[in-house]
Amino acid sequence: MTVHRRDLLRLAGLGAGGLVLGFTWPGLLPRRARAGAADMAGPPPTAFIRIGATGPVMLIMPDTECGQGIWTSAAMLIAEELEVGLDQVSLMPAPPDTKLYASPLLGEQATGGSTSIIGDWTRLREAGARARIMLVQAAANQWQVDPASCRAAAGVVHHDASGRSAPYAQLADAAGVLPVPGKVALKPASAWTLMGTAQKRLDTPSKVNGTAVFGIDVQIPGMKIGTVAACPVLGGRLAGIDEAAARAVPGVRDVVRLDNAVAVIGEHFWAAKQGLQAANPRWDEGPNAHVNSAGLVAALAAATQHPGAVARDSGDAPGKIAGAATKLEAVYELPFLSHAPMEPINTTLHIRPDGADLWVGTQVPVRAQDAVAKEAGLKPEQVVVHNHMMGGAFGRRLDVDSIEQAAAIARTLPYPVKLIWTREEDITHDLFRPYYYDRMAAGLDADGRIVGWTHRTGGSSVMARWLPAGMQGQLDPDAVEGAAQTPYDLPAMKVEYVRHESPGVTTAWWRGVGPTHNVFVVEGFMDECAAAAGKDPIEYRRALLQKNPRALAVLNLAAEKSGWGEKLPAGVGRGVSVQYAFSSFLAHVLEVEVTPRGEIRLRRATVAIDCGQRVNPDTITAQIEGGLIFGLSMALYSDITHENGRVQQSNFNNYRMLRIDQAPRIEVHQIDSHEDPGGIGETGTAASAAALANAIYAATGKRLRRLPFGNGALQSA
Amino acid sequence: MILKINGRSYDVDIQPDMPVLWVLRDILGLTGTKFGCGIAQCGACTIHLDGQAVRSCVLPAGGVGDAAITTIEAIGALPTGAKVQKAWLDREVVQCGYCQSGQIMSATALLVQTPKPTDAEIDAAMAGNICRCGTYVRIRAAIHEAAGA
Repeated sequence: MTVHRRDLLRLAGLGAGGLVLGFTWPGLLPRRARAGAADMAGPPPTAFIRIGATGPVMLIMPDTECGQGIWTSAAMLIAEELEVGLDQVSLMPAPPDTKLYASPLLGEQATGGSTSIIGDWTRLREAGARARIMLVQAAANQWQVDPASCRAAAGVVHHDASGRSAPYAQLADAAGVLPVPGKVALKPASAWTLMGTAQKRLDTPSKVNGTAVFGIDVQIPGMKIGTVAACPVLGGRLAGIDEAAARAVPGVRDVVRLDNAVAVIGEHFWAAKQGLQAANPRWDEGPNAHVNSAGLVAALAAATQHPGAVARDSGDAPGKIAGAATKLEAVYELPFLSHAPMEPINTTLHIRPDGADLWVGTQVPVRAQDAVAKEAGLKPEQVVVHNHMMGGAFGRRLDVDSIEQAAAIARTLPYPVKLIWTREEDITHDLFRPYYYDRMAAGLDADGRIVGWTHRTGGSSVMARWLPAGMQGQLDPDAVEGAAQTPYDLPAMKVEYVRHESPGVTTAWWRGVGPTHNVFVVEGFMDECAAAAGKDPIEYRRALLQKNPRALAVLNLAAEKSGWGEKLPAGVGRGVSVQYAFSSFLAHVLEVEVTPRGEIRLRRATVAIDCGQRVNPDTITAQIEGGLIFGLSMALYSDITHENGRVQQSNFNNYRMLRIDQAPRIEVHQIDSHEDPGGIGETGTAASAAALANAIYAATGKRLRRLPFGNGALQSA
Repeated sequence: MILKINGRSYDVDIQPDMPVLWVLRDILGLTGTKFGCGIAQCGACTIHLDGQAVRSCVLPAGGVGDAAITTIEAIGALPTGAKVQKAWLDREVVQCGYCQSGQIMSATALLVQTPKPTDAEIDAAMAGNICRCGTYVRIRAAIHEAAGA
């Protein structure tokens, strides 16, 4: 199949003949359902499946496709039970509708936290099964036979005894008036034909020939294109511009002033960009004009000298450490991070007195709709969201700050406008992964075994801003994810969180969220304990994983496949990390070379993963490969710093990315598991930094505890 | 100004300093060529100028002259381009896909000039193209596959 977005939207909008199993298509009435008019126990199958009298089977994707491959995997879940081939389906994004499409794990229509497969696992397969049962029943009624004597395959219902058959399209009308089955039996894994097999992604053909339409590619009749500069210091205001100079640039059409930003709109982006430069905006930088990184870190370090909200306290860890034969203490630090997806932030809007259209790639369609409605003075149902494929998201498009800004600009303009941030605007006005400052301590007995472990982490709470209901009092569960629960059997643990908000910085979700932070700290410090005990890092961990067979199994597999224990050349070392995150178990062995000049070369990554039941194994491998590269890029280079309130990094020249010539060989080994499915999109990223730190230690004897490592950290260590 | 793009001539009324990227995207509607950085750091905007891979975000339209521009929309018409596209799908390279137009343009230019590249030659030719999703290991494999096809 192919995904033809425009056709799909047209098809979905017009009904395309036939009926949707007889129901009014819920996707066309998103706000009604949201308002509670259609109160039913869980979404009906028609929320996810549309079968018309003609055309392909349309599957409605509750999750957004950011590159992680979820559209293909979600389609596999439905198709397996619906009994259609992937070549028989077309896909379209779900409209904003909390009632129908909220993630069962996140409680709202959002794609993040590696939750999609976990959340879709039951609801999409059940939707497929219910629709199939209704179609079979419709055929059985028509033929006056027992539905149990019919079977469905490849979009056709067969009655073998009489040799009759009918394609789903012919049955859709009759099926639609039948009652929706309640509890449905799902296929056992042994009967799967799609799930667990490597399937080609459905969204990729259009991405190799230039026809895929990302948000930034939208072209609307009459549309103009603009670009924006917001005050480089958070909280500052626009003080003045040279509007006449901006308007004198050929192709410039309008200049829009906001309280804290200015937009120049032109016939094309180049005119807008030249116009913005000519506008030469001046700023009243406000109270954060003095903010600098040294001060931010010093304040955070001071804040973490005080106790925090307790996430875990078992077995008097401080007391055990005080009485231990060997005591270890260390501070780990992780910098602010920008997301920098390849597709810069962009929003296309047409706001009219009676409604609005929004074309954007967003991980949160309902928040996006609400943001436009609020800025434009419209009701949410008056805002049509045309969600698009995203050129990367990584948590950046879980926020709608740029959509709010675009709406504030677009509401003053009579035409559709596409607002594109330059890469410089994208990085300097990102919402950043928090800076974390972690104080670790452990006590070892005479045999080197851990008797007590304490971990106090400090930093901004993304949860408190983004989802206040997710806070547990003063405790941000994300800030301690991967710290409060480790894979290990530790006899005494105390884990605390100190919330500390830095002025002049807004923080946001970033790929791997809590585990990207805490796996680095926990696994780095675990390596320090192993070294202090004089033990092999893998042997040391094995002893602590005896009650955790799945974690032990991935560790053993990674050790075996990596050739752990082999003699390595001088300057080469291997580091390991183990994690339980996003309901998946992963072990990573990374081999690096450190040159005499302190350059870090990534040689080979070996990963073992147990993510439970697998949907599309090739996507699992791809996500781990990509997640590792994303995490290694972060671990080597990523560091957002502030001076005079301004972000000092601005583009890929000074906010570096790993490139192909630095990429290691990567092997991914999957455990054939029948446990409940786990998430996969962020696991590789979370697994990156600790293995790198531990490999550098193995290669050089130098222990690095502050990310990133590739900007000269080793030379000064 | 006349520009030769994908085998056709286009008469465009633009300032000569306007980068080819924006002529393609905003004047001609050829949006397969992507904006990533604007300073020739990421390669998302890679096109061919007389077969050479160049960054269109810093290429002034006024400097193109008679040179033939090829974009991702037409690269499949070139046998090597078609092989690269097929290998990209066979090897399931693509994730978000935003950088892949540029990757495919750089890979095609490489293979036209170096039909059987080594890993080192691949790395050298492709190091100007950032992939934030981290598809590098599959890009290497796909280029080898296309070279053998």
